[in-house]
Amino acid sequence: MSTFGSKRLVVGAHYGLRDWLAQRVTAVLMALFTIAVLVRFLMPGELGYDHWAGVFAPQWMKVLTFVAIVALAYHAWVGVRDIWMDYVKPVGIRLALQVFSIVWLLGCAGWAIQVLWRL
Amino acid sequence: MTDSAKTRPAYTNIHVTQIVKYRLPPAGIVSILHRVSGLLMFVLLPFVVWMLDSSLGSEISYDGFTNVFAAGVVGLPAWVLKLVVLGLLWAYLHHFIAGVRHLWMDATHSVTKAQGHSSAVITLALSIALTLVLGAKLFGLY
Repeated sequence: MSTFGSKRLVVGAHYGLRDWLAQRVTAVLMALFTIAVLVRFLMPGELGYDHWAGVFAPQWMKVLTFVAIVALAYHAWVGVRDIWMDYVKPVGIRLALQVFSIVWLLGCAGWAIQVLWRL
Repeated sequence: MTDSAKTRPAYTNIHVTQIVKYRLPPAGIVSILHRVSGLLMFVLLPFVVWMLDSSLGSEISYDGFTNVFAAGVVGLPAWVLKLVVLGLLWAYLHHFIAGVRHLWMDATHSVTKAQGHSSAVITLALSIALTLVLGAKLFGLY
């Protein structure tokens, strides 16, 4: 599928396939992360800071959390962009909202990764 | 063309007052709530990261985190913050279950009208029930 030049595909059933698939793959990754957090949180132990921080302590859990953060940013970008494309018709306002969404998501993702790195 | 098709109203510029009069089937309600819950979580994302930051930062910030939900913060009473968390809880549960419904439909081709109806009813019932159960815990009812 050509995405540039005179043979660029601008119509057809496959045009949205990449986003459709990405939306599902990122969703499954976040679901796995959710289950991992829940299982580790419900492990026996006294409720408190040590137990909560312990949920994210192993290296594999940090890797999974990092993957979930990146997946969330991409997933939310596809979803929110769809909302702007559906309801906001003036091109200028739509572009402004899309730029805002990218800044919002990258900012939150960066902050969350910073929290993770400090652990 | 039948008579009913001829007289069917055509909305080219839908107004909010018309949307509220729509009688959506359960699958339609699940669909629009999927979008609403997603946008809600997008808007509240900095609040979620703040919760992650303060609860994981250190024992001191953890105490600050629990204190915010016990005594409130910057003029906001604790119950307002708990209400926001309750909204996030519902949004996450609905978005999660509606998402699993999508994957189940994709994987098993369960896309008949009857299957769409029953799975939508299950999605709504499950997300509301889980929100009530976890919300009761959030507000200290048990």
